[in-house]
Amino acid sequence: MTESRKCQVLVVGAGPGGYVAGIRSAQLGLDTIVVESDKAGGTCLIRGCIPSKAIIHAAERFESLRQHSVEGGHMGLTVSGEAEVDMGALVSWKDSIVDRLNKGVEGLLKAAGADLIKGWASFDGPKSCTVDNGGDSVKIEAENVIIATGSSHIDLPFMPCDEEFVLSSTGALDLETLPKSVAIVGGGYIGLELGCALAKLGTEITVVEGMSSVLAIMDKEIRRPLELWLKKHKVAIHTDSLARGAEVKGKGASRKVELTFEKEGSEHKVKVDKVLVTVGRKPNTKGWGLENTGVRMDGSGCFIRTDRQCRTSVPGVFAIGDVSGEPMLAHKASAEGEMVAEIIAGHKREFDKVAIPAIVFTEPEIVSVGLTPDEAKERGEEVIVGKFPLAANGRALSLEAEKTGGFIRVTARESDHVILGVQAVGSHVAELHSEFVLALEMGALLEDVAGTVHAHPTMSEAFHESVLKTLGHAIHIS
Amino acid sequence: MGKFVFKLPDIGEGVVEGEVVQWHVSVGESVSEDDPIVDVMTDKATVTIPSPTSGVISSLSGGVGDMIAVGTTLLEIDVEGGEVSKEEERGAEKEVKPTAPTPPPETTTSEVPMQPPTGRVLASPAVRKRARENDVDLSNVRGSGPAGRIRHADLDAFIAAGGAISGAPPMAYSVKRTEVTPVKVVGLRRKISEQMSLSKSRIPHFSYFEEVDITELESLRQVLNSTKDETQPKLTYLPFIMLALAKIMPDHPECNAHFDDEGGVVNRQGAVNLGIATQTERGLYVPVVKHVEAMDIWNTASEMQRVSGSARDGSASLDELTGSTFTITSLGREGGLGATPIINHPEVSILGVHKAREMPVVRNGDIVVRRIMNLSSAFDHRVVDGANGASLIQDLKRMLETPALIFM
Repeated sequence: MTESRKCQVLVVGAGPGGYVAGIRSAQLGLDTIVVESDKAGGTCLIRGCIPSKAIIHAAERFESLRQHSVEGGHMGLTVSGEAEVDMGALVSWKDSIVDRLNKGVEGLLKAAGADLIKGWASFDGPKSCTVDNGGDSVKIEAENVIIATGSSHIDLPFMPCDEEFVLSSTGALDLETLPKSVAIVGGGYIGLELGCALAKLGTEITVVEGMSSVLAIMDKEIRRPLELWLKKHKVAIHTDSLARGAEVKGKGASRKVELTFEKEGSEHKVKVDKVLVTVGRKPNTKGWGLENTGVRMDGSGCFIRTDRQCRTSVPGVFAIGDVSGEPMLAHKASAEGEMVAEIIAGHKREFDKVAIPAIVFTEPEIVSVGLTPDEAKERGEEVIVGKFPLAANGRALSLEAEKTGGFIRVTARESDHVILGVQAVGSHVAELHSEFVLALEMGALLEDVAGTVHAHPTMSEAFHESVLKTLGHAIHIS
Repeated sequence: MGKFVFKLPDIGEGVVEGEVVQWHVSVGESVSEDDPIVDVMTDKATVTIPSPTSGVISSLSGGVGDMIAVGTTLLEIDVEGGEVSKEEERGAEKEVKPTAPTPPPETTTSEVPMQPPTGRVLASPAVRKRARENDVDLSNVRGSGPAGRIRHADLDAFIAAGGAISGAPPMAYSVKRTEVTPVKVVGLRRKISEQMSLSKSRIPHFSYFEEVDITELESLRQVLNSTKDETQPKLTYLPFIMLALAKIMPDHPECNAHFDDEGGVVNRQGAVNLGIATQTERGLYVPVVKHVEAMDIWNTASEMQRVSGSARDGSASLDELTGSTFTITSLGREGGLGATPIINHPEVSILGVHKAREMPVVRNGDIVVRRIMNLSSAFDHRVVDGANGASLIQDLKRMLETPALIFM
């Protein structure tokens, strides 16, 4: 049976871009349909940001429990007996969070008045599609379309993910038992976040990275504390190394997978329980009739081409989030979704953000907002840079957050003291980013942050101090 | 693969060299035939030169600001095939149209989705949102906050004044501004600079000021504007002044002339070709309304609108920008009592027209309100005596005060 529907706004995909666009659009009184083939929430909520953070948190708890269960304990606290991991139960706990959020998103869409249709949309024109939901189908004609199809894991053709021995990040978030050893192909932020968590849970980790360093998106100074942590936790790092293949070896319960990689011209092999492939993500531009919409791609041919209002080459068709370009981050998608709904409702909006924050939830955590000192110099800026170590912050010491050698680094323009960028590395620094990005959006000068009282004892004092340091008069460091 | 050598073609009458204003291509870039490759500035106009062929740029001659003579190598292109010389000929004949410099191609924002933190405008998201809703381009608003940050107060002042006030009064600065921004004097700005130096260093100017009662001219103008048909242009004061000048010029031939000061000859001009100094986004242009002596008021007005329009939008041809015999600079909009305009060498006279305003004046022993316009003028004292210059302005005053004379 085919039902026919018309709407003002059709959102394709209910990830952090799509569901936000759907809610905002419905809030604005537009007749809105959101189509999603999976659960609402997208990669971020179901098999990305949220579940990985749950596992990372659990791993952190486990690691501290272990500290307390060794002889003599830690901080004067001792736990008798050994801490143990029940991976199945951990994953169920993680699933319960995902479920709650998934239901939350569906509830929010409903409360706002947006219609969520489950099924796979196939476009036969720029603004018309058929949604197939196993038997029944719905034909939708829309006045405006918001493409929010997201991105997916990139498979290596010579070692495709079977999710049994060769895992994608999705498989790594649904492990039934804790692997004793894992080889991670691709030392980017996804691989390293999971790698750090697994290492804390007691898994032996090997990282195989094609470039000359892991986490190459961050500069050398900022990633140094992470590299030290990895070394200390006996994570084997092979840079300038290319994976060549993976082969399952052995029989029955003792089966393992052997990863072959090439490093400095010679072939290396490592036998592990699981191989995790995290070499990147690609925009979802195939399989839903993009070619029938007439929408043009960008110069690279990977992403949908959009302008500062997320408009594609076809009037009334917008693209947001991962499918429309870097940075492929959930919060960028959400901000774009909100904006596009408002544009459709007739508001004047433009994506004019000064900075999109980027956070890596490794141990230690890494935050980057705006320009690094090198990037600023490349743009011809004369800059002043100040750094403040967490080791000189009282709250950080009481949280043991200084142990990972973290610091906050501020870059400002020398002539007028406008803050151009802030990076931070250290345990628990992720939440500090909101002040950094607010400073950038508000066009803050060093003096603005210097003149703001930061509560004691908090780690945010370290930001205040790093700004004072940039001005040349930090209090708690000479 | 052949190498195609492209030389600067002859781009206009009497043009022997041009200044490179902007390259649209760089070495290693592929170009297609007719793609814009370079903007070259000549005496009067900026010309965008299209690529004569398709290929890959292998070398460029001259940086921005360099002078290139007609016939010297501009760039080399690696092309498929070998018919090099033929291509070259064709390239040199290719039609080149003087235009404004082509704006750089729009960048697709999927690659650059955000404003870099080093961008010029410093404003909070709330200010940016309000600006957009009010169709205000924040780059036109002066920020009174620290480091030039645009505050709500600046935006309020800008909107309230309809753009006439660019920001609120400055508040206390926490940071002293120390930056020095070097702006290279190239292209049109260099031409203007050279022309002004030439005029001011060679010509001993004498200036003369007068006020003109245009109360009657204003009534006439109002009547004509209210009775004109739709195809006719709206009249400002300028066409009347132009027409009056054309009418009296035969009595003042020494003022409508070109002085060849190297040859020692004054070439008195029969034609009254009036240069209209026009401020454009790119700088000062002087488009020319030719043969005003053969025009009526409507022709004059529409021709003036046409040439100043093409100067503003950058589409003026070399012909429209050359050949003036006398220049008028209208300083009306901004007000001002007087100015000392600089003569457009090799001309010998220039007239500055100021904003008309209601003034108390004495008439037959009574103080009455009249509409008064000030005129500033300058003459080349080497060839125009003070009395002659003054006489031209007095004749002009008579015509404008009794406007019927213009049409007699």
